[in-house]
Amino acid sequence: MKQLWLIPALPLAGFLLNGLVALVASSMRAEKESGADHPGVPLPYAQRLFHGVVGVGSVGLAAVLSFAALVPYALGSMHAPEGLAPIVQKVYTWMAAGDYTVDVAFRLDTLSALMLSFVTLVGTLIHVYSVGYMQKEEGYGRYFSYLNLFMFAMLTLVLADSLPLLFVGWEGVGLCSYLLIGYYYDKDFAVAAGKKAFIANRVGDFGMVLGIFGVFALFGTADFSFVELAKRQVLAGNAPLGVYAVCLLLFLGACGKSAQGPLYVWLPDAMAGPTPVSALIHAATMVTAGVYLIARCSALFVLAPDALTLVAWIGAGTAIFAATIGLAQNDIKKVLAYSTVSQLGYMFLACGVGAFGAGMFHVFTHSFFKACLFLGSGSVIHAMHHEQDMRKMGGLAGRIPQTFRTMLVATLAIAGIFPLAGFFSKDMILGSAAASGHWVLYLVGLFTAGLTAFYMFRLVSMTFFGAPRGHAEHAHESPATMTVPLWILAAFSVVAGAVGIPAILGGTDAVGRFLEPSVAHPPIGEMAHGLEIGLMLLSLGVAVTGLAWAWRWYGRAAGPVEAVSPQAHAFYEKTGALGRLVANRWNVDEGIEALVLSPFRKIGTFLWRGFDALFIDGIANASAFLVELLGDLLRFFTTGHVRNYALAFTLGFAALVAYVWMS
Amino acid sequence: MTGALPGVAPMAVPPGAFLVVATLLFAIGLAGALLKRNALSIFLSIELMLNAVNLLFLTYARMRGDLAGQMIVFFVIAVAAAEAAVGLAIFVALFRTHRTVDVDKIALLKW
Repeated sequence: MKQLWLIPALPLAGFLLNGLVALVASSMRAEKESGADHPGVPLPYAQRLFHGVVGVGSVGLAAVLSFAALVPYALGSMHAPEGLAPIVQKVYTWMAAGDYTVDVAFRLDTLSALMLSFVTLVGTLIHVYSVGYMQKEEGYGRYFSYLNLFMFAMLTLVLADSLPLLFVGWEGVGLCSYLLIGYYYDKDFAVAAGKKAFIANRVGDFGMVLGIFGVFALFGTADFSFVELAKRQVLAGNAPLGVYAVCLLLFLGACGKSAQGPLYVWLPDAMAGPTPVSALIHAATMVTAGVYLIARCSALFVLAPDALTLVAWIGAGTAIFAATIGLAQNDIKKVLAYSTVSQLGYMFLACGVGAFGAGMFHVFTHSFFKACLFLGSGSVIHAMHHEQDMRKMGGLAGRIPQTFRTMLVATLAIAGIFPLAGFFSKDMILGSAAASGHWVLYLVGLFTAGLTAFYMFRLVSMTFFGAPRGHAEHAHESPATMTVPLWILAAFSVVAGAVGIPAILGGTDAVGRFLEPSVAHPPIGEMAHGLEIGLMLLSLGVAVTGLAWAWRWYGRAAGPVEAVSPQAHAFYEKTGALGRLVANRWNVDEGIEALVLSPFRKIGTFLWRGFDALFIDGIANASAFLVELLGDLLRFFTTGHVRNYALAFTLGFAALVAYVWMS
Repeated sequence: MTGALPGVAPMAVPPGAFLVVATLLFAIGLAGALLKRNALSIFLSIELMLNAVNLLFLTYARMRGDLAGQMIVFFVIAVAAAEAAVGLAIFVALFRTHRTVDVDKIALLKW
């Protein structure tokens, strides 16, 4: 394909068209209804058709172009011994300063091809799903224009050939995330969640920007040719320390975007947005940008092994931490949100032990089953008339069978059941952790896999099995625009793992070899075949145990809304303070409030009251007072009598003459 | 360059007399402009001052044998004519709205 720039440009055009029409139409509507706002009144059919066709069409076309570009490239790369050279297309020079230029250039290599494949595929499916899910919404046009804008930013991020251009996409997806979390802008919690996401991302972006400067300082360039330089270890300046600093700064950026470490707090709150948004932005695509960044800069990270170890520990810590929170959530979307944080932790764990290919493989498979789960939860919420509390569901399996079946498939996939997609990617991560000798990390990952299986099957059981609670009896299945994407995603959740079947199971580890030209692959050690098989069986056993446990507690749960499963409730009572802490999300939000936000607020209040209001305002008010005083004096000279004025300037002229005479 | 213009008879009245008359005319005009309350009187006083200056110009032009002074007088007359038209129009408008042309009674533009 000759024009890579068309791929991000199409959604951008969609954004402009949708946005313009939505703006004009809403102002015309407001005029016709004499300014009265009618929330909840759906748009006329013709306008909805337009937004749907433009929104889905632009992204669908971008997907078609993407596959037209990446399939030949990928096939060629698989057959060439060293892989094909990356395709780099310069569109124009963005900034030029002396010898150095920053170009708007797009790059297709195996890493961006992998990202491109699922971003466009999942993106298109979620656009189709949104047509059904959002049809009763008044902000239909606004929604689709934001969603298109997001696709533009995400594709720019993926295809960018330099860190500055990647940063444009990076900030673009952040902006769209903010806009779409706050989609229900008349609800306080949605607005607050949007702001929280934006501000938490700013913390990460601080590191990201400094990291980009650092890369420039180290290599003299910020386009991705620095990766080659890093591979050959061509460094400028105080290299070893500089490399560590740059790696940590870039990792800070990745933590913000991918919700790692303490910066995860924005992601669960981001569930305030519409569910397809959660699926697209906060599960499948945007949040994986951090992993993509690390994989893209992997050659640099390899030069700083201790920084990489930190990545692994933060990833593993986040994985188990978020998984424990997921155990006790009752909001269906919150469970999935914590699950996403936890799975992202896995990806960072993989990168941290040097298995960047395994991390990207998990990004790939995760995007399918997590998108399927989120869209499934959206279908459930749709069926339950906007009820998100799983305690008020139950017994939905027979009422919304298509949603149930697809979600069950995706759940088995994320739990890591053989031979679904999640099994291969998760096992590749755990295997890499073990092979690299990080046995503690391996055990954390293994335990987290058990927790994952438990909380996911708990979700499925509470939603679909047991006795119906609340209004679950009146649930109805969603339209085809919603169920068809579910089925497609469920199918991918089954087969996506096929690209990464390890050699020991008769596969070729295609994804690993595919990514080899674009990511670093430091030696991480070999494992005996028997051990490898043993570990696989172990992780499968842990996953099945988790599933079985969830089934035992929640499978036939018929308890009341307050204690759906009596066994689980009894267990919770027994755990005492620890259980309450987990149920209260480890009090992280409260801790951040006490340790970070409240001191900041106090400093802010001091600067406001003590400095701004007293000092700055004082100067301004005093000068205004002086001017007023002067004016009060001067105005007595303005008598309005022309004869006074005439006298004044006669005297003035006389004085002037006298002055000239004297000198 | 002092001296008579070619073909012009020397002045019968000494130039100092013209200067005294011009100064007196100017002083009378200034006093009138500052002391009178009727706008028309003020206006006439200003005309008087203008013509005092004209006389001064002419006298010096004659004394110095320089035509530039006479040129300026023509300009002053032209401008004064325009000013008369505008000024009188203002007084007509003033009279229509306020029924007076007493400048002390139309002191409106003040604090």
